[in-house]
Amino acid sequence: MIRALPGVLSAALVLLLTLGTLAAVFLRADVGSGLSAADWAAIRFTVSQAVISALLSVLFAVPVARALARRQFRGRGALITLLGAPFLLPVIVAVIGLLAVFGRNGIVNDVLGLFGWNVSIYGFHGVVLAHVFFNLPLATRLILQGWLAIPAERFRLAATLNASVWRMLEWPMLRLVAPGAFLVIFLICLTSFAVALTLGGGPRATTVELAIYQALRFDFDLGRAALLSCIQFGLCVVAALVVWRMSIVDAMGAGLDRVVQRWDLNRPIWDYGMIACAALFLLLPLGMVVLQGLPGLFELPQSIWAAALRSILVAVGSAFLCAGMSLALALRGGALVAVIGVLPLAASGLVVGTGAFLIVFPFVRPADVALIVTMLANATLALPFALRAIASAVADVQADFGRLAQSLRLTGWAWLRIVVLPRVRRPLGFGAGLAAALSMGDLGVITLFAGQAQETLPLAMYRLMGAYRMDAAAGAALVLVGLSLALFWIFDRGGRANVDM
Amino acid sequence: MNKHLLAVAGLFLASTAFADGHANTLTVYAPDYFGSEWGPGPSIEAAFEAECGCDLVYQTGDVLPRLLLEGQNTEADVVIGLNTDVTKKARESELLGDHGVDMSALTLPIDWTDETFVPFNYSHVAFIYDNTKLDGFDSFEALLDAPDDVRIVIQDPRTSISGLALVLWVNAVYGDAAEEAWARLAPKILTVTQGWSEAYGLFTDGEADVVLSFSTSPAYHIIAEEDLTKSAAIFDEGHYFFVELAAKVATTDNADLADQFMAFILTPEFQSLIPTTNWSFPAALPQDQWPEGFQTLPQPEKVLFYSEDEAAALRDDAIEAWRAAMSR
Repeated sequence: MIRALPGVLSAALVLLLTLGTLAAVFLRADVGSGLSAADWAAIRFTVSQAVISALLSVLFAVPVARALARRQFRGRGALITLLGAPFLLPVIVAVIGLLAVFGRNGIVNDVLGLFGWNVSIYGFHGVVLAHVFFNLPLATRLILQGWLAIPAERFRLAATLNASVWRMLEWPMLRLVAPGAFLVIFLICLTSFAVALTLGGGPRATTVELAIYQALRFDFDLGRAALLSCIQFGLCVVAALVVWRMSIVDAMGAGLDRVVQRWDLNRPIWDYGMIACAALFLLLPLGMVVLQGLPGLFELPQSIWAAALRSILVAVGSAFLCAGMSLALALRGGALVAVIGVLPLAASGLVVGTGAFLIVFPFVRPADVALIVTMLANATLALPFALRAIASAVADVQADFGRLAQSLRLTGWAWLRIVVLPRVRRPLGFGAGLAAALSMGDLGVITLFAGQAQETLPLAMYRLMGAYRMDAAAGAALVLVGLSLALFWIFDRGGRANVDM
Repeated sequence: MNKHLLAVAGLFLASTAFADGHANTLTVYAPDYFGSEWGPGPSIEAAFEAECGCDLVYQTGDVLPRLLLEGQNTEADVVIGLNTDVTKKARESELLGDHGVDMSALTLPIDWTDETFVPFNYSHVAFIYDNTKLDGFDSFEALLDAPDDVRIVIQDPRTSISGLALVLWVNAVYGDAAEEAWARLAPKILTVTQGWSEAYGLFTDGEADVVLSFSTSPAYHIIAEEDLTKSAAIFDEGHYFFVELAAKVATTDNADLADQFMAFILTPEFQSLIPTTNWSFPAALPQDQWPEGFQTLPQPEKVLFYSEDEAAALRDDAIEAWRAAMSR
């Protein structure tokens, strides 16, 4: 019984912040207007770039995850954490890093320039490149988890039978895991906006989210914003249905948690080559952010540390909340939870912020609850990632040990403590880390709410830029990246202490 | 455990608990840059508080959307930082009252008689370039004729106030031929950013050669960085006028303080704080009292300006001309 109430509460909060905020915006709207030709162009662009970005992210992630699953080497854990970094970067910081590598004066063009060539990052391919940069880490992590979930006994069996590990184990696992990873990344790219605009090179790269921004902040056309937000949810539902139809049932079975031994590890060069390529692609821009930020560290004002502390508090709060909600929802399970698990991905952060503002305004001063609302919203927006990681682990535990537990009458807290938690702490830590890092870099919800004394770190960085202090802003970006990564690392580490990954 | 929770909750609440709507508190809604510690907000706050013996509190963020969302129940007494290209919506909301300020001190290059909005600073939309790398452009035509390898970064008129000012500027110069002008400019546009900050960052990083900004931007580099390499290209066709405004909220329960603040805006005390914090020209200060770096800034001979009604009427078509030409 202990599972029911927290699950219901979590579901209610997610629904309130996604569909509830949308309803609040709708109720406040005047007459809605229809969609223009430009809107349809935006919808077409949004969907096509999201499909291609998600496909490529998953496609590239498979060999990288495979290599990481097959090889053990010194610093592998640290590398896996570091490779996750781009996903955690605030958009604006990631763009700076990408341009330092692929931009007009970037490293790539410096090298190509020696041969008299140059490439432009701006255009459809630039949008896709940026989205792959952001999402390859997530795809790799999700698929790697699939790999690590194959029980050691299966590899033994395959080796005994001299069967193809790829055909018997890895391909079925991918068919199970990859569609979900594709869906998540498709939905992330669906609500992208500033990256698409900047690297897309202009209005051809207009996304639905940009149209929502315009409607909310510029035209004050709430009806239009709500309509566009509905379209995003609609796209989300269609994508989810398609993916679920493709999904298959897991038949891997339970294992005894032995250390995996592989008998099929020839050709190490291919694996290490993949890891090196991924590391280069993902870490070079990150390195440039660090390099450009170092001089700015000395120009940072004192107030940045108060802002950083505020951001950390919000991030840690979101992390615990998000992990707790995910676990509660995962334990409840069922189709509704699956829907709730993807809803926040399709939610526009801007609509969530505006709707939340409309909901709280009649009761309290929005500035008084700015940080709490930010925490709740960030926990909700990060929930799909945490839930995706946790739900499959919980489902596995239930499938593998449910009957045994039932026969032992192991229920309630005891079941949770003895069986579930030890087995899901890895995804739990991962999910909490993601929530913390994503919350750290969030700028969306706070802008409507913030009072005078509630500057968060991303807001401080943006203010520095707005005041011409680009060097100091780069320094703030570095602090932000460092703190995001550190928080992620701490949670993720806590989740897999003594666990081989 | 509970003790810790309470402590955290206390932290969240304490920061705002004493900023409540007391009679002696003036609440000013301001854009983010204005209220930040590098903007004009803090020094203006200090100067006004010394005069009024009250507490001035900024609520920073998106001023107009927030005011419109809150409607009659807003706690704002004064809003500051609006621009003429969006004020029509603010005026039509009937949330703003007459300011009643004597405007004779104004030193704007245009006439200003509005009864709702008081201008507090101005500038001109302009393209900024590095004068050690480019010769500059003396007209819009020259910019349109520039070789295609000159890379320009601008802001999106659908998400940025300076981007909107640019499309209105092009409209003022080229009228019906605006779309054609955009088509000539399009190959040189490196990219379009959501806001001013991202675009200016691309320029200072060397990613772009020319950036859409303001005629006063070089003053920051001259005064704060002693860097003389950034110049604004001054065009013969004239420059679009960019003025920022303040207004009193009609429903304020602090009318006396709000009036006092509105009058304070045009005093030399307030105005002299503007140039080196807002990096723009003060709206009511004779040129000989400007800081040195500002006095020598080149200024356009001709100023182009649309009233808020004209701007509101032209806006959609001007954006569409930009979008159509840039999407070809």
